[in-house]
Amino acid sequence: MAQDKALVELLYSLADDDFILAYRGSEWLGLAPHIEEDVAYSSINQDMMGHAVKFYSILEELGEGKADELSHLRAPERFRNAVLLEEKNGEGTYLEQPQFDWAFAVVRNYFYSVHKKIRMQSLKQSSYDPLTDSASKVLIELQYHLMHWETWFKQLMTSTDEAKRRMTAAIERCWNEMDGVLTLGPFAEEMISKGYIASEEEMRRKWLAHMEKTFEQVGAHLPGELGMTKGNGRQGEHIEDLNQALSTLSEVYETNPAAGW
Amino acid sequence: MTGIESKQMADTIYDVLQGVKDPEIDSVSILDLGMVEGVEVEGPLAKVGVLPTFTGCPALGIIQRDIVNAIIEVEGISEVEVNFLSKPIWTTDRITDQGKEQLKEFGISPPPANHTPGEPWEIPCPYCGSVYTTMENLFGPTACRCILYCRSCKNPFEAMKPVANIGDDE
Repeated sequence: MAQDKALVELLYSLADDDFILAYRGSEWLGLAPHIEEDVAYSSINQDMMGHAVKFYSILEELGEGKADELSHLRAPERFRNAVLLEEKNGEGTYLEQPQFDWAFAVVRNYFYSVHKKIRMQSLKQSSYDPLTDSASKVLIELQYHLMHWETWFKQLMTSTDEAKRRMTAAIERCWNEMDGVLTLGPFAEEMISKGYIASEEEMRRKWLAHMEKTFEQVGAHLPGELGMTKGNGRQGEHIEDLNQALSTLSEVYETNPAAGW
Repeated sequence: MTGIESKQMADTIYDVLQGVKDPEIDSVSILDLGMVEGVEVEGPLAKVGVLPTFTGCPALGIIQRDIVNAIIEVEGISEVEVNFLSKPIWTTDRITDQGKEQLKEFGISPPPANHTPGEPWEIPCPYCGSVYTTMENLFGPTACRCILYCRSCKNPFEAMKPVANIGDDE
């Protein structure tokens, strides 16, 4: 079968984005600000892992290899997730001295979820049926994630000075890397001309419009230009944090790939 | 096997599926949850189409196994195929009236009918019926549930999240 590179690249970016951010989210388990948040956040991560599985399964059907192997055995440079999503939650690890940054978790997940909704709405019109079907299902669950992160975002932005200071720092940090999420990568033109997904410009415009509304509601201003300073994950550029994430999450799988878990 | 025999066999299989429960809500069968989309019989092969409730639901593997184990006992069937379908999409309005009653027995308030996605919904307490309830957590012990508290009878309880198809709103 002639491989449709644009389609495969798009599917990897969809799957890897959810996969790696859900993994970062899972590291928060037991460390979230309160127990209700632990329940909510882990539930969201479980949904997102489910979404990743859906996209990896489409890749499996396209002959890319088994979904489990795609997620656990690929080299970091073959991952197509945005760098922002692979970044560590903060200093330390979940086992040792976790100095995780909750503001970063809220802003990163909120920014990502807003984009994911725009992306899924576009995929609902995709010329590729498996994407259309998956997007419809994902959108339903995503609605709850978005409600959750938007609540956190607005409440912390209108809370104490300390909260605002931390949120502002996290916003700046995510803003400087958000273009890496919004970009479609080197195969953008083909993805769009084949009708798989809407253009980057259109999705960026919608994302900014949503942000403008939210920021206005909490009496804040949008930072300047969006950036992508640490590399373009859509073309396989990543930072050390991805190696750490992948080696941790595949540790058990690699001890015995044949075992059923 | 004639058409009539196939039909009778499919009916028998539906009866058997009534005994297959969601392992996380074991008072309700997968039929009453609206998860079964179709049963086809081709000679000794039974094919069951199943709609996942939530994408990341870890119970799906168990449900698949339980379906196979239940149907394989039916005389004349030697092979069972379970297919998870991506169309149509499972929504909470597929839950039968009996399913809704059984959810209540389990302490879970059933999802509302005619809910607009994103809007608040009224959730009566499954124990006393009061709507004087507060949402404690939009998320719960499983992907499909949320956690509430009844201000009237002072019981914590759970509710099933409404799941409906979402239009192309901005």
